[in-house]
Amino acid sequence: SWEKRILKSLNSMCTELNIPLAQKRPVNEQKELLNKWNEMGTDEPDLSLFRPVYAPKDFLEVLMNLRNPNYENGEQPSFRNHLGLIQVPLKVKDIPELKEDFSELGLNIGQLGIDDSAQVPPELFENEHVRVGQKVLAEQDSAAAQQYVRQGCPTALRADLWALILNISNQPEDILYYEQLKSNVIQHNLLVDSLIYKDVKLTASNDDYYFVFEDYLYQVLLCFSRDTSVLEHFTYSSATPPKSYIQGKLGMEEYAVFYPPNVNYNSFILSVAPLCFLYHEPSKLYQIFREMYVRFFFRLHSISSHPSGIVSLCLLFETLLQTHLPQLFYHLREIGAQPLRISFKWMVRAFSGYLATDQLLLLWDRILGYNSLEILAVLAAAVFAFRAVNLMEVTSLAAAEAVLADLSTLKVMPLLQIFLFATVT
Amino acid sequence: FRIMAGKVKWVTDIEKSVLINNFEKRGWIQVAENEDWNFYWMSVQTIRNVFSVETGYRLSDDQIVNHFPNHYELTRKDLMVKNIKRYRKELEKEGSPLAEKDENGKYIYLDFVPVTFMLPADYNLFVEEFRKNPSSTWIMKPCGKAQGKGIFLINKLSQIKKWSRDSKTSSFVSQSSKEAYVISLYINNPLLIGGKKFDLRLYVLVSTYRPLRCYMYKLGFCRFCTVKYTPSTSELDNMFVHLTNVAIQKHGDDYNHIHGGKWTVSNLRLYLESTRGKEVTNKLFDEIHWIIVQSLKAVAPVMNNDKHCFECYGYDIIIDDKLKPWLIEVNASPSLTSSTANDRILKYNLINDTLNIAVPNGEIPDCKWNKSPPKEVLGNYEVLYDEEMVQSDGTDRDLRSRPGQSTGVKGSRAKDSGKPVLTTWK
Repeated sequence: SWEKRILKSLNSMCTELNIPLAQKRPVNEQKELLNKWNEMGTDEPDLSLFRPVYAPKDFLEVLMNLRNPNYENGEQPSFRNHLGLIQVPLKVKDIPELKEDFSELGLNIGQLGIDDSAQVPPELFENEHVRVGQKVLAEQDSAAAQQYVRQGCPTALRADLWALILNISNQPEDILYYEQLKSNVIQHNLLVDSLIYKDVKLTASNDDYYFVFEDYLYQVLLCFSRDTSVLEHFTYSSATPPKSYIQGKLGMEEYAVFYPPNVNYNSFILSVAPLCFLYHEPSKLYQIFREMYVRFFFRLHSISSHPSGIVSLCLLFETLLQTHLPQLFYHLREIGAQPLRISFKWMVRAFSGYLATDQLLLLWDRILGYNSLEILAVLAAAVFAFRAVNLMEVTSLAAAEAVLADLSTLKVMPLLQIFLFATVT
Repeated sequence: FRIMAGKVKWVTDIEKSVLINNFEKRGWIQVAENEDWNFYWMSVQTIRNVFSVETGYRLSDDQIVNHFPNHYELTRKDLMVKNIKRYRKELEKEGSPLAEKDENGKYIYLDFVPVTFMLPADYNLFVEEFRKNPSSTWIMKPCGKAQGKGIFLINKLSQIKKWSRDSKTSSFVSQSSKEAYVISLYINNPLLIGGKKFDLRLYVLVSTYRPLRCYMYKLGFCRFCTVKYTPSTSELDNMFVHLTNVAIQKHGDDYNHIHGGKWTVSNLRLYLESTRGKEVTNKLFDEIHWIIVQSLKAVAPVMNNDKHCFECYGYDIIIDDKLKPWLIEVNASPSLTSSTANDRILKYNLINDTLNIAVPNGEIPDCKWNKSPPKEVLGNYEVLYDEEMVQSDGTDRDLRSRPGQSTGVKGSRAKDSGKPVLTTWK
């Protein structure tokens, strides 16, 4: 029904603005777009009438109202004491389980993001780690790569390691596929194109790190919205994204376009942007993003019971906080600043746009290494723990937001390590 | 009051908050130019007057100024090139390995300034060079202007007829420095990121030229053009494509006031390491440090090393698509205007760290001091080159040996990058 809501909103926008969901572009417009393909950022159509289909806090409202109709009160007594916003009793891990799962983050194991800082002689860890990374790449061992990146990727090896883990090799047929998508964009104009355009202008264009890559973002996202192969992954998800057909071609599959479950592109944009630091070849950038989306990021935008789904992450975050920082949790709750209200936007964007890029990439190393998004919830809790002293002194939601407004100076690996392995539980 | 008597008295003719806030936070006292002052942050016009033969005056031991009297040897485009050419020739004459040339006659280690000629003086030499490569693009820059003013690109001789010495149609170009231009081979293959051209602005503080002691500010930045780069001849007039000066770009349609089209140097490093690898990135930054030091060494012999002076330069560097850095120019008065909030913070800290080095302890200066500040006050500066340290025994320096770090470890880095050994730095 969440999806129906989005679809209804899209349809009403179409009617209001008298714009079809999908239409074929006239030839001269196609030519123009092809010429401008590499610099769409300088285009300035009137977007004032387009509004985002929904904002993250709308999504949070929906999650807050989820109830499991089969839930019996007797089942999970501990959940009755859960004071957070999420009211669905999904199973989430506790710290001992997380310590086991994330054992490579332990205190006596070398990490990039900690043991490569300027004060540490590189002979102690960094040099050997780089050497091992080069070996993994030489042997093209995907499983070994996944294990390896749990300790972080050296910057020079990261692009290749991620590609290896995601099984992206940029073969000629992959490049051809991308070119095909590109030509679909040139030929057909979708309503969501304007939404994408507007969202990129609002987010990446104003971002200190990502503004340089604005044009790549248009290219990737416009192609992505036409990529019906992404639908395949939905066979194992409960989402059923709407399909639309070009005006007058109802039912003809080659004229189908699909609308991903999340029509708020901010999150997409912010999950593509960091990849621009690694891949400057458009078709490779596209494939890496698409694979990251179908493996991980789609779970942040759809409702499911999966342990890496956004619902579980929210619950994991709240449980960690309530269990291990109860005073802070109760205090924030008392002053009307439920912690999830602040951390939701971080998690739903996988922290992109909040952390410095080098830190973000270290975090995403671990997402790939552990094949799970749970680390996002752990980091969110660790950030609260880090700023706990200041947070205990605030008396309003706005003040709490202010304390947590700027994460750009945070070093994520020490925060995670301390929270998991060095805090008395 | 005895307390007041001990406070530094400052004057400035540059009304910028990043300066004034720094003076005030040190509890310094503002005075007028004709009063007794200790510290004068002056514009380049004023320094001309202070040191001019007619109107100049002697500075006393407790007075410090922020420019060297003849800084223009480095900061005027034509003089910079002249001094570098002279320096190279001298090294060649003494058989220094630094002046080594390759099989095409190009300097291996000292080719960091694009081919440049003075106009109208070298017009004929320029024509000769132009004809060797008639499809090349050249950039015309007035010697005495800043902020991108008066700059234009040419690809045809007819476009600079005015500067031809025997042109009948030109009004005689006066010898005054205002009319003089330099013409340089345009770097039409700049490294592009996101399809856009950018340059680097790096801040370098010089406290003395002989012995040379200079510091590099770690927080430099990249300035991006707002428009996609194209070498197409139809866009040679479009300054938004070619000139990275903020003064120009901020008038473009796509100029953004939040980030101001600027990237930190650490972003650049991350991007280059991730997409090109660590070795070539380290090599690039090594080379950037190298060309800065060489440019300072080139002018050191002709600089008036007045002990009352220090100077904070704005170096403009362009990286081409082969990852070779080129020195474009050096600014004596880098802009202290802030185009964004981050900018303001950066420039405030820049001045703060500069003052900490130039005016030790924030106390009334004695220009006879040895200009050797302790490590703790450097802030975001790091030692780029310290001639005295290099001259003393190299082995007992405690400096980091991580490649790519801008430190005085020229000895070990010279070996790493395959350049001639330690002797070149002495």
